[in-house]
Amino acid sequence: MAALHGSTLEAIKHNQAQLLAQWVEALEANGANRNLKEQTLMQETRDFLQLLVDVLQAGSGNDVTGSDWDETRRFLEKLSASRAQLGHDSHQTVYFIFALKGPIFSLLQTHFSDDPARLAEQLWMLSELLDTLGMHTIRTYQKTREAVIKRQQEELLELSTPVVKLWDGVLALPLIGTLDSQRSQTVMESLLQRIVDTGSEIAIIDITGVPTVDTLVAQHLLKTVTAIRLMGADCIISGVRPQIAQTIVHLGLDLGTLTTKANLADALKLALKRLGVNLGEQA
Amino acid sequence: MNGEHSGSLPVRIEQDVVLARQLARKLASDCGMRLVDLTKLVTAVSELARNTVVYGGGGDMDWQVLEEAGRTGVRLLFRDEGPGIADLKLALTDGWTSGNGLGLGLTGARRLVDEFELDTVPGEGTRVTITRWI
Amino acid sequence: MERIPILRMGEFLLVTIQVDMHDKLAMRLQDDLTDRISATSARGVLLDISALDMVDSFIGRMIADIASLSRLMDAQVMVVGMQPAVAITLVELGLTLPGVSTALDVERGMQRLSQHVRHP
Repeated sequence: MAALHGSTLEAIKHNQAQLLAQWVEALEANGANRNLKEQTLMQETRDFLQLLVDVLQAGSGNDVTGSDWDETRRFLEKLSASRAQLGHDSHQTVYFIFALKGPIFSLLQTHFSDDPARLAEQLWMLSELLDTLGMHTIRTYQKTREAVIKRQQEELLELSTPVVKLWDGVLALPLIGTLDSQRSQTVMESLLQRIVDTGSEIAIIDITGVPTVDTLVAQHLLKTVTAIRLMGADCIISGVRPQIAQTIVHLGLDLGTLTTKANLADALKLALKRLGVNLGEQA
Repeated sequence: MNGEHSGSLPVRIEQDVVLARQLARKLASDCGMRLVDLTKLVTAVSELARNTVVYGGGGDMDWQVLEEAGRTGVRLLFRDEGPGIADLKLALTDGWTSGNGLGLGLTGARRLVDEFELDTVPGEGTRVTITRWI
Repeated sequence: MERIPILRMGEFLLVTIQVDMHDKLAMRLQDDLTDRISATSARGVLLDISALDMVDSFIGRMIADIASLSRLMDAQVMVVGMQPAVAITLVELGLTLPGVSTALDVERGMQRLSQHVRHP
């Protein structure tokens, strides 16, 4: 791999202001400063160029995975993570680095105008270096993006199946629609957490609005009941229709002391009775 | 998270089981693993680390933080040069017991992780690899 | 020697587990507890595991054994404060701790133990 020529580094160092100005101009033209505070882009470009100069000055090799490049990589990781969270796309994010190519290449052209072989060599070396740093930036960006999307999905899941407090000590989880394994897991976990948070002793899981329950979901339902009991609370399942009852029986799952009620209202009545709440009139 | 992506921890004495649990917890937590998944992983680690100490005569836990094709995970290999497991089919049956425990904890541990691999040669040793993805 | 403290609360004993226990410590707790139940004729034991972020088969077995041993000595064990992630994991492990009573917290655990003592 080509090595950085001493005068290349000098040229970069002596023309930082110009490089930065051209670099920022290219970035702004591309919309890279969207949602960013005004000074942020200026600061970031300044910092990155300084990091680059420092590392190259130290004579480190071009292996960006080495420890000399730790700080630079961390800088890029922070940058791409912030862009991912701001909603910039991957192209805009990596352009932060690629936009520097133009200004640097123009600089070198002037600097090595009488030495085409040297110019080609230095251009190649810098291009490779910036490309590698760009790849690293893209990778980090993608990871952050995925994490953000996953978190948003989970939050949506939680919002779409709220756990409601029916009474002091009684929570209800009305499940609606078809349940897939992933969703039922997330939903059950949040029910368990609400039980602890509210100190509720009885949870009613209402499956009236669930048309079919497959084996996995039925097993999951029963596991949830077991977990609730281990925690010191109890669970009533309401809205069990014949088909669902059949699925559970066919599964050979131990119903044991599983309490079921035809509908939510009956389940609530039972729950209150267990808690010793006087309901007064008879329904 | 620091730059370390792999390492090894000796699992020779009882206290090492606690250390193994704590390390697994830190690795999973640093990766951003959800609490329930993390708890399952740490519990599996506890079972397997204990096996290594109690039945394997002591060994090592090699750990790795994996990043492949956009997903992150934690992989742990428990290896010992102990007596190995003579009857594998039996050991992997629910409820099988050896000694005083509730079983080698193998079947339980297997249910707690995404990937589970077991290699054992009677008289030579045992290797169990588990993986949990974010 | 490291030990988990056992407090006396009237006719009950309270054990709060707050450390990541190694096996020997768990066994020592079991021994200490049975000794204390005998010495105090306690009618109930509250085992507070709200700080435990992991319960594996060994600790699960210990809890079940403590419950059995205590019952033989006419004391009821109430395990309180199990964290959701722990409960989910235990169920996945296939450990349902039969014969072990549970409650959401110490307060409720005490209420139930008192009821049990009055109406066994």
